[in-house]
This record gives sequence, C-alpha cells and structure tokens, in this order.
Amino acid sequence: MKFGCLDRPAEESPAARMQLLVSGVGGQGVLFVSRLLAEAAIGRSLSVVTSEIHGMAQRGGTVVSHLKVGGFPSPLIREGHADGLIVLREENLRPHGRFLSTSGWAVVNSASAAGEGCAFPVHVVDAEGIAREAGYPRGANLVLLGFLLARLGSLEDGGRFFCTPADLRVALDRRFGKNPRALEESLGALASGIRHGKG
Amino acid sequence: MKNRTLMLGNEAIALALIENGCRVAASYPGTPASEILSSVARLGKELGVPMYAEWAVNEKVAFEVAYTAAVTGLRAAVAMKQVGLNVASDPLMSAAYSGVRGGFLVVSADDPGPHSSQTEQDSRLMAMLAKVPVLDPDSPAQARELVAAGFDLSERFAVPVMIRPTTRVCHACQDILPGGVLPHDAKAEFVKEPSRWAATPVFRNRLHKELCDKLARIAEWGPTAPVLWNPEASGTRAVVASGVAAAHAREVLEGLGLWEKVPFYQVVQPFPLHASFVNHVLEWYDELLVLEEPAAVIEMQLLDRRRVRGKATCAVPEAGELLPETVERVIAGFAGTAPAVPVAQGPQPPGRRPTLCAGCPHRASFYAIRRAAPGGIYPSDIGCYTLGLNLGAVDTVLCMGAAIGQAAGFHHAYRLSGRAVDIVATIGDSTFYHAGLPGLIDATVQGARFVLVILDNSMAAMTGFQPTPASGAGAAGEPTGVVDMEALVRACGVRFCKVGLPSRFEEFVGLLKEALAWSHENGVAVVIAREPCVMAPGASGKRPPAAKPAVTDACTGCRHCLTQFECPAIGFDEAAGRASIDATLCTGCGVCRHVCPVGAIRGGEGEEPR
Repeated sequence: MKFGCLDRPAEESPAARMQLLVSGVGGQGVLFVSRLLAEAAIGRSLSVVTSEIHGMAQRGGTVVSHLKVGGFPSPLIREGHADGLIVLREENLRPHGRFLSTSGWAVVNSASAAGEGCAFPVHVVDAEGIAREAGYPRGANLVLLGFLLARLGSLEDGGRFFCTPADLRVALDRRFGKNPRALEESLGALASGIRHGKG
Repeated sequence: MKNRTLMLGNEAIALALIENGCRVAASYPGTPASEILSSVARLGKELGVPMYAEWAVNEKVAFEVAYTAAVTGLRAAVAMKQVGLNVASDPLMSAAYSGVRGGFLVVSADDPGPHSSQTEQDSRLMAMLAKVPVLDPDSPAQARELVAAGFDLSERFAVPVMIRPTTRVCHACQDILPGGVLPHDAKAEFVKEPSRWAATPVFRNRLHKELCDKLARIAEWGPTAPVLWNPEASGTRAVVASGVAAAHAREVLEGLGLWEKVPFYQVVQPFPLHASFVNHVLEWYDELLVLEEPAAVIEMQLLDRRRVRGKATCAVPEAGELLPETVERVIAGFAGTAPAVPVAQGPQPPGRRPTLCAGCPHRASFYAIRRAAPGGIYPSDIGCYTLGLNLGAVDTVLCMGAAIGQAAGFHHAYRLSGRAVDIVATIGDSTFYHAGLPGLIDATVQGARFVLVILDNSMAAMTGFQPTPASGAGAAGEPTGVVDMEALVRACGVRFCKVGLPSRFEEFVGLLKEALAWSHENGVAVVIAREPCVMAPGASGKRPPAAKPAVTDACTGCRHCLTQFECPAIGFDEAAGRASIDATLCTGCGVCRHVCPVGAIRGGEGEEPR
C-alpha cells in the first residue's frame, strides 16, 4: 500500500501545472488569496497544494504562501521554479524574485513605479488606491487578483493563468454566499481589478 | 461534504479522527497544531457525531483526559505542538507501558525551521524514548490516511501511537475528498486491572518486556512498512526519506531525471523501523542517502556508518528546515549530477519582523513597565506578548510558565549578591493557567520579591483565539465552568493582587510603581492587566467607533514613537519630516499620546496625558 496516492484525481494536464508565490505582510490577506486560488483550482478539477505560515508571523510580519496547482507532491516551491509572484507589499518584490523561473512574471501592488531594473516582467497596479476609490478599502488583494487575471488571460482563452475570473467568482460565492454584503464587495473589488488589467 | 474540499493539514487530521470513530479529543493550543482540536470540535458538530472535545489547561492534562478514554475502550486522541509534548512527556512515558484498549493517537506537530517555536526538537525521538510507534505523514492527504492506520495499529498492539506531522503538513492546504464516518459504537467500560493501570515497579518490569515484544512485532507490521516508489529504478545508490522531505525528494528526483535511476523508499513509520527493510537496504545498496527532519531518527537505525549518508555524515544539514532547494542539492550531489537551477547561496533578507497589533493592550502594558521600572529585568513568556521584545520589555523567554520561575531565580541570585533590582515578569493569562501556577506557589512560599504582570486578554490569542479556563466557553462554543483568576492568585499566597487597565496609561504606570514598592518590602506583587484582544473575532464590532488621535505641528520628527512604541498605525511622513497616524489601522486606544516626548500627539478619546 502506498499511502498518499490512494486519494488523488485522475491524470492532470501538464499545461495547467502552475507554481505561484503569494507574498505580503500579516493582515493583507495572503492566506485568503492563496486559498481562493486553490479553491478555483479545485473548481477546475485540478489537484492543489499550498503551504502557509501561521502563528507569530501573522502579527504584521512577512507572510508567504506557496501555491502549486496540478499534481505536485511537495508543498514548497524551489527557488527558480515559480511561474508567478503575487506581491501584496512592494518591499517583498526583490527578496522573493529569486523564486521565479526564467520565464516567470510578477504582479505587484504599488502606487509607484515598482520593479524597475528587475530581471523579470513586473506588472504594477495601485491595488490599494483602486480599492479605496471603488469603496472597498479591504479589497486590495482582490483588485490585484482581478488585474492579474485580466493582464495574463486564462489558459482557456489562450492566456497564461490556470483559472478564469468566473472560477474566482464561483469560489467567492462559495465563501461569502451567506453574506451578501461581503460577496458584493469582493466581487466589486475583483471587477475593478479586471477593468484596470484590461485598460 | 461530497466534493473535493480545500483542507488545511490540521483539518484533514481532524476529519480523519472523526471519520475513524475518535470519541474523545483534547489539546492545548500551539502552532502548528492549534487547528486540529478546533476543527475536531467544528466537524464533530457539523457531522452530528457524539463526541467530547476539550481545550485542556495544558498538554499533560489533555493527554491524561484523552488517554483515559482509550483505557475505557473508546478511540481517543490528544494533539499538541512538539514542546507541548515535553509537558505531556510524563504520562506519555508511563502510558506506553500500561498500553490502551481503544485506539489512542498522540498527534505531536514538529516545527523544523523553527517557524513558531523555541526549539527544532524531533517528537519522533520522544516516541523512541517512550517506545511507542510513530507515523510520519508527507502531506495532508497522507496524514489523513495515517490517522486511520494509526488507530488500527494502536488497537491491534494495545499501544499509544504517535502521529508526527510537521509545519509543512499542518499548514499545507490540499484538495481532500471527505468520506463517511465509520460506525463505532464502543461504550466506555473500565476493566479494573491494577497490575496494568496502577502498576508498581515489579509489574512495570513485566509491562516493559511486553512493550519491547510489541515493538518487535510492530517492526514487522505490513501496512506501515516502507514503500519503494520506483521499482523499475536500477541504481545501486538509493534514497530513503520520510515526512515532507519525502514529498520534496519525489519532486526533485523527477525534476532531475533520476526517477528511473535512483531507487526511492518512503518510510511512513520511522520508529520502529521495519527490521526486514533495514536488512534489505543495507544488503542491497552500495550507498543510502537518508532525508528526514528534524533529527536523524531513521538514519540512526541504519547501523552501517560506511554506507549511510545523512545528518551524521554531514551530507544533510542537522539544523534548520530541509527546504526543497537543499534536498535538490543533496540528491544531485549523491547521484553525481547537477541541480536543475543553480540556487543563489548566501543569507536571505530577513523580511519584516512581526509586531504587536495596532491597539494591542500589551503594547501599553510593556511601555508602562519600561516607564515604571527603567533598568529593570523583564522575564517573559510564550505568546503574542513575546513581541514585547521589540519594545525592550522582554529579556527572557524560556518555556511555558518560566517567566515566574525565572523572576524568582533572578531575585534569589541578586539577593545573594547583595544587589537590588526591579524585576517585572510578564505572562499571558492562558500561559499562567497552563504552567504559571506552580511557579507562583513556589515564589510566594520561598519569599521571592518581584512584580508579576498577568497580561489578561481573556484568550489564547496568538494561536487563534482559543478559550482559557476563565472564558466560560468550550471548544465548540458550549458553556463551561470558570475559574476566578484573582482568587487563584490569592490562593497561591499572594497578598498584593490588583487589576488595572493598561489603556488608562498614567493610572496603570502608577499601579505598577505601587506594586514595585510593595514587592521590594513584602514579596510577590501581582498586577492583572485586563483588556481584551483587539483581534478577537467580533472585537471590532463591539468597540464603539473611537475618535482617532492625530500628530500635530509640535512633532519634532524624533521618531521616538516609531522606535520605542512601534505601533503599526504610526508611520513617518518623510516629506513632512514628522510622524503620521494611519486612521484605517488606528483603533483609537490613544496610548501613543502618552508616548510622545513633546506631547505632539493629541485628540482622540479618553484621558489626555498629564
């Protein structure tokens, strides 16, 4: 008997394999973002594993979550192997850049021109500013996700990301379905991010 | 729950406990194990399973409660972090001898790194010391399977079984397909057997022999034997791994194109290691590389130093988390190939350090302690408030409850040396109940003189807002009995016990000074700093919207508030050359007004500084 291989979904398409690092500081919703993306993966019948850090680090310290979609045994991403880096706090962009593969990209929440001189493509959006303006001050993380999805496009539509905005909306609905106000706010924040990503 | 669901490793463990008929579960919170018991309580309620789940006062009591349920024939489990097992080690060692009737699992979560612990100790070594089998999962999904296997093993051999997840299993999330709850209709029935349940040394000798015999048979038990993942691999050097290191190794072996070349064995039961496996790998292979964490438990059972590479031969680092990059480098070196991507060596940037939350009452307490006893010695303890380090108000952190024992130790050492010093110890309320009480009894009985500040936010905050014995609520929110902290303190022999609100800052400083003066003359003085955690679920809803203080033109830009008070809501406006307050983060506690040396922070609610 091989433990750990009894309960896996059938073959996965290698194209949908994706390794993402979500990075920020405690309180910004790093774990929320990575779990939401993981739920979107499950919605697409992809297996998923994430790695989180709890405890003292959540008290305002650096928080990183690893997200691996599509049949990875290890919960951690090796340096040089990440497809993407989702940065909720600009100061984490450079230190965590080492995780990116040679074809990797980063998306960063920043009000300034972050990422100048980085060796990888950096998509910058003032997610906090947009969230505040749109009236969802706590929704910066979803603005960033919406922006990212619009900017990269989904695999389904010939883009590079494993899931679509519709997958995220389903995951949000599952999460906040019983709280109409929270659902409306989160969908609103996601939509404003998507608008800016397309623009 | 029919669909695949994203589950934290700890939730998967909890689900497996319930699916496999666990009736009694107990725990004391500690990262990375905290979510196990809360998930057991939640899932048990959701699935309508009749069970008893408790947050115990400490791990020793949790162990004794759950173990005894297994003595009566029910399936039971106790969960804790690795240093919690130190606290529960006394009953563990003894329970291994007396054994169990119902299945009994000791879930002890290790924290290689360490990410949120005092040590990187290996619970599997405690399993060896106690002579109980231990199972070592590589993922949430495998943890769930090993819970089922563990209950089976425990009942078949009438022995406690340890499940040893690590942080990367507990706090990994994975898609899990929940199954059904197995029917278990065991009823508690204590069969009296004094030679087992109350064994004196002469019977203990017999029980020890019995245990050794059980272990020998467990080392032959098929269902938990090591697994060869790639029987087609033909190499003469093999990799043996367990836990999350095995998950890294599988991925790395595939990534380096070594899957067809290097035989890869996964061990799920590191102790006792299967005897036939040991003989086989030592006979068959020229060299073995052993990957496990944090200690060399499998490696030390492979007794051929010439052919086994691992921690003992410095092929694998002995301290720190075994990251996949390290696993890749070690395997590549062992197999004589190069890593896929050269990894940048050298120190990584430390990142932002954690800090007490904006509006945290502990910040006010620590700042007040520094003001009341400048130059004092500040022993402290385990919890969020360890972050008082950042404020210079925490000098020692040893283990749960040690603030009090260490305060007494400082007093006796300084008194002996004829030196006077202010000693102000801090301990959280949950920690006080957990292991502080014996220290306080000892201190009053032995006439130690210091001030003990109990930081009472009415919960175990850092680990996820679990209840304390004073909360009156249980693991699933059910009503419980309560203890009276002040009465407990007085019953320990303390004659000075007063309660203060740290946010009423000047008053609180005054109370600390009064306690200090009293303690120098009389003995231990206790100040209870009682104010709720600002992060507790529902806390922000209960608070009336407070007026927020603001930085006025009087600010000189000295940065005292930033460096000495370190509230996340206080920033620095470089352009204006002065401090600024972020109104979205600020809770309006107003304590910063007392911190500014020139009184430039004004407004908000409550008393203005004098």
